[in-house]
Amino acid sequence: MWFFFFLFSIVALAGAVGVVALRNPFYSVLALVTHLIALALLFLLLEAQFVAVAQIVVYAGAVMVLYVFVVAYVGGGDQPELLSRVSAKQRTLAVVFGLAIFVELAIALLGTALKAVDTHGAKLATDYGSPAQIGDLLLTRFLLPFELASFLLLVAAVGAVGLAGRRGGVGPDHEVFTDTVRPQGTGTMAEGVGRRRDGHP
Amino acid sequence: MSIQTAAWLVLALPLAGSLKLALGFRFWRGAMAGWIGTAAVGLAFVFALVTLVKLLDLPAEQRHVASSLWDLANVGGVHIRLGIYIDPLSTLMILVVSGVSTLIHLYSVGYMRSDEGYTRFFSYLNFFVFSMLLLVLAGNLALLIVGWAFVGAASYFLISFWYRRSTATNAGIKAFVINVIGDVGLVLGTFFIFRRMGVLDYGPLFHGVQHAFDKNEASLVAGMILILVGAFAKSAQIPFHTWLPDAMEGPTPVSSLIHAATMVTAGVYLIGRLHPLFEWAPTAADVGAVVGALTLLVAGTIGLAVTDLKRVIAYSTMSQIGYMIMGVSAAAYTGGFFHLTTHAFFKALLFMSAGSVIAAMGNEQSLDKISGFRKAMPFTFRCFLVGGLALSAFPLMSGFFSKDDLLYEVGQRGGWYYGLYAAGYIGSLFTVIYTWRMIFRTFWGEPCEQALALEHGHLYHAPHPFNPANGEVEDTGVGFPGPDHHIAEQTWQMKAAMSALALLSIAGGLLLLPFESLEPLRKFLEPTFADSIVAHPKNTGLETVGLVLSSVIAVAGIAFAYATWVTNAGGAARWQQRFAPLHNLFVNKWYFDELIDLAVVRPLAAFGRWGRDTFERIVVSGALVGGTSGIVKSGSAAVRGLQTGLLRGYAGLVVGGMFAVVLYFLLRAA
Amino acid sequence: MNIAWFLIVSALMFCLGAVGVLVRRNPLVILLCLELMLNAGNLALLGFSRMWGDGDGQIFALIVMVVAACEVAIGLGIIVALYRRRLPVDVDELRELHG
Repeated sequence: MWFFFFLFSIVALAGAVGVVALRNPFYSVLALVTHLIALALLFLLLEAQFVAVAQIVVYAGAVMVLYVFVVAYVGGGDQPELLSRVSAKQRTLAVVFGLAIFVELAIALLGTALKAVDTHGAKLATDYGSPAQIGDLLLTRFLLPFELASFLLLVAAVGAVGLAGRRGGVGPDHEVFTDTVRPQGTGTMAEGVGRRRDGHP
Repeated sequence: MSIQTAAWLVLALPLAGSLKLALGFRFWRGAMAGWIGTAAVGLAFVFALVTLVKLLDLPAEQRHVASSLWDLANVGGVHIRLGIYIDPLSTLMILVVSGVSTLIHLYSVGYMRSDEGYTRFFSYLNFFVFSMLLLVLAGNLALLIVGWAFVGAASYFLISFWYRRSTATNAGIKAFVINVIGDVGLVLGTFFIFRRMGVLDYGPLFHGVQHAFDKNEASLVAGMILILVGAFAKSAQIPFHTWLPDAMEGPTPVSSLIHAATMVTAGVYLIGRLHPLFEWAPTAADVGAVVGALTLLVAGTIGLAVTDLKRVIAYSTMSQIGYMIMGVSAAAYTGGFFHLTTHAFFKALLFMSAGSVIAAMGNEQSLDKISGFRKAMPFTFRCFLVGGLALSAFPLMSGFFSKDDLLYEVGQRGGWYYGLYAAGYIGSLFTVIYTWRMIFRTFWGEPCEQALALEHGHLYHAPHPFNPANGEVEDTGVGFPGPDHHIAEQTWQMKAAMSALALLSIAGGLLLLPFESLEPLRKFLEPTFADSIVAHPKNTGLETVGLVLSSVIAVAGIAFAYATWVTNAGGAARWQQRFAPLHNLFVNKWYFDELIDLAVVRPLAAFGRWGRDTFERIVVSGALVGGTSGIVKSGSAAVRGLQTGLLRGYAGLVVGGMFAVVLYFLLRAA
Repeated sequence: MNIAWFLIVSALMFCLGAVGVLVRRNPLVILLCLELMLNAGNLALLGFSRMWGDGDGQIFALIVMVVAACEVAIGLGIIVALYRRRLPVDVDELRELHG
């Protein structure tokens, strides 16, 4: 048991580091996929079978595929400005922040406040984590969140379609979208600092 | 109709006239506005007569009626009613004010005919009459102060009537500022009295003063001197007199109404009305008497030297008011108010006549340029003669009896008052000389070109309209005098008014004849001044001396003036050379304007500059305004600095905040 | 099995995700790091659910997954729209909402 835990944890953490550190976004996506699969295995260790499978099917399966498509379309691996790094000062600052939070959380976990954590968990029912239990909970105790979640999915789908944009295909648009809302010359922030609306000076 | 109704109508009619003229400003065509204004004041005079009749119906002890409409203020121990006080003194004043005002309105109907601001003029004039009536009818000190302030405002409106002339607006401002200084004195003085007595109504005030204060107590004297300051400013006494000559910038009817008959007499009325208080603070009364005497002498000397026609008459007014102030301060009440009445008649007449002469001269006012109008303007000449004789106290004219009675009553008090008595007669000599200097120079001698033109039947008009004070060229639109000039010989309204005043100047003496032969005025005013504690012992010898002295001075003065200005060519120039330094002093008006400039105006201007450069710049704009806005600006700049638009920056802030929150909870749990 | 271990791993992953959000300039990668943080949360939730023995945490984790999916859909839609408008797909360049 411990062995598996450490194995999967290391893979997950390696994947995480890969996401953050790899320059090419495509590689980052792949690293995340690895991470997700390792995480699913960790979920199994926690006896959450349904969630683990959902993680693989939904997350690593659908969401990541979507990511792959977008990364292939948008790219970013070959554009010079995206390869340039953030300044060293900002990087160290970010690492310091992250480290600070980790230290805090670690203190919280290992300190006396979370004594209860240092247990082996409660006695589990036999169908803990099974689809039957999940289904039962979803449709009895958590019916409202379930319905709201489906509503959220609907909204997201509609929004994504709306964002997908216009007919007329790819090419320079006749007018920038924002011009319909705030035409040129009405005193936007961009004009105030002397830049055009499409982001170029 | 009750006496109160009549009195309230006297007050209300001019106000109604003023409002009607002002609100219907665009409707009045032709001379309609003038007639409405005249009718309003004329009706007020009629009701003043009604009030007089009704007052005489009452027995003598009851001739003081107070009537109030409603409470103006009743808070914190201060109880002010909108109330009037009808007694012989106020009745005399409203008769004089409304009567002379009616005649002046009539005069103005003709005189101001071609002026573009005709309606405005009559609206202002009516408002002035209302204010003056309010002042004299007021039943408590608060309402008197209200009337006082309104009079000052009306005076400002009327002096700067021709508002596109910068000299006129400057004069208006000068008059207003000096009047305000007087107002401050008046209000502070009232406060001194109110602080001790707690009431402002006349009845309780006069009855209670002897219990509330000791005789000649310091705070009462201080309060009364402050009130005197107000009286001096309004009545153009030294040192608050510098506005009066400049006020001649206003149209001539304004000068005759305000600066001869009514506004400048407000100070005299004030002292007369508050006589119980002044008698209980003799030091203050003596101050008033001395200042009055000084003024009459100084103004007399200046009148000998100035060359502007209207200003000679202005200084004459100042001098005569000095007589009145001296009189009422020295408890010569009947004499003082008798002289006030007759002075109103003949001074208004003199100003009206001067207006006629100036119109004939095409708006030129300098005596150096005016001469020889005797043949060209016979009616005006006769009016000037009547007015001049009355002013010089020529025997049997009204001025003779009034000035004489005033000085006799002053002399009756004996002691150091003989000094004032003597000053009065010296001033009389000056009066005669400057009056006849003015008349001889204007009407005798070779006719000037304007007079010649008039003799041949047409009125002189200057090639371009100009400002007589500084020679600036102007036009005749609104804000400037109108294109036509109206002289008395050609305008019946002017003739009628001047004739009425001439008759009154002659017959006015009948109000009070010497040796107690005929004394309707004294008997009439007696109820008001019955509570006077000053003794006036009879002194027939003094009276005789006074009458003789007056006659001698008048005749000798006229003879001297004739000799200097008519027969003896160059006589005046020789006198001028002989007394050159004195002449300089007089022509420069005793340098009062320069003194005030040095003592008051410059320090205040320097203070203002200091305020602007140092205090305003550094403290207010810098520290207070700049400081608060600077703090806000830097604070908001600091906050603005956070909003870079950089997503990662915001994410960093979120993470940082999260760190802080978790830290807080950790520390709390520890 | 001591839950604390899972929680440590979760904390570590969360901090890695946070650092990634602060350091990367490509919005796609920033979204990926957000996914990291969400998953870290999921792990913690499941750990606690195991500790208490009821399925509440699992339901919570499922809902979090739903939310993540929706957010990814919209986020990617925005990035695609940016790309199609020829705007630079770089969070340091897109900074018009400033004071």
